[in-house]
Amino acid sequence: MNQTEIQARESLHPEHIVSPKSYVAVFLALLVLTATTTLVAFVDLGPWNTVVALGIAFIKATLVVLIFMHIRWSSNLTRIIIVGGLFWLAILLALTFSDFATRGWLPILRMRP
Amino acid sequence: MADPRRLPHGEDGGPATGPGYLQHHFESLVQQKDASSLGMWLFLVTEILFFGGLFLVYTIYRWSYPLAFADASRHMDVRLGTTNTAVLIISSLTMAMAVHSAAAGRRRLIIPFLAATMLLGTTFLGIKAIEYTEHIRHHLFPGPWFHYPGPQIHARPAELFFSLYFAMTGLHALHMVIGLGILSVLVVQSRRGRYTGQWHTPIEMSGLYWHFVDIVWIFLFPLLYLIGRHVH
Repeated sequence: MNQTEIQARESLHPEHIVSPKSYVAVFLALLVLTATTTLVAFVDLGPWNTVVALGIAFIKATLVVLIFMHIRWSSNLTRIIIVGGLFWLAILLALTFSDFATRGWLPILRMRP
Repeated sequence: MADPRRLPHGEDGGPATGPGYLQHHFESLVQQKDASSLGMWLFLVTEILFFGGLFLVYTIYRWSYPLAFADASRHMDVRLGTTNTAVLIISSLTMAMAVHSAAAGRRRLIIPFLAATMLLGTTFLGIKAIEYTEHIRHHLFPGPWFHYPGPQIHARPAELFFSLYFAMTGLHALHMVIGLGILSVLVVQSRRGRYTGQWHTPIEMSGLYWHFVDIVWIFLFPLLYLIGRHVH
């Protein structure tokens, strides 16, 4: 296949077309996970309540990003942008939390908001 | 000659201009679409950090006042919150189907799916308005009229919780309103037959935006509605 043929082929199908079945499957999974997170919230798991709630939220977000937002079929460049954004968010969170968590370690810095 | 916008990009040797064409600085339509996706994701990354700041503030104050935040969270209506989560998830499905209809060349289905998405988005905002009205009626809006019905020791941090609640859900609702505006433009352009199986980048990029707003709510819902439920 020469270059012109590749381009003609790409121009006819410039993207991966996801079947509606995948969308419906993800949709049902999201509904089940929403019901799960709501029901689990009423059960006392101590500190694990927050862990479970955030864990389910991360799974839901990942499903949306991979299937609804087509990242499963996207270019690596787009993926790097997303990972980079999340890495920057991690810096924002990690540095602020490390400041906040260590404020009581030295007597002169014992301040709370 | 047929509508030039429906032709894939200068194959007829004609000038390659206009939205449906391959622009001269791209190698292929795939590359052109990837560039659009990349730009949209860059914007969404700024949005991640924008909302991330609010989630950061929420975490710091919840860490400082865990009991007050759990107590204040119990003044949320879980039934309305869960309903709204489901409404947004259904709207993400209809949005994904609008993109699919465009990509698969089923052009007659684009407008119904966009309209369904808009209807669900409006439903979400309607339910949110009912919740806001109830909070304000119960003096839970932060400010001089704030009056906390729970234990008074929690009153001040509970006001912080409600400040964050209104800021985060309000900003999210603003994104929904903007999303509805974008979708109405898509409906008008679809009516004019602007989108084809080959070129429907605006629908796809708007879909990314809509799904992102859904993801923000996926995190807001447990953090604002569900944190105090297991404590009695």
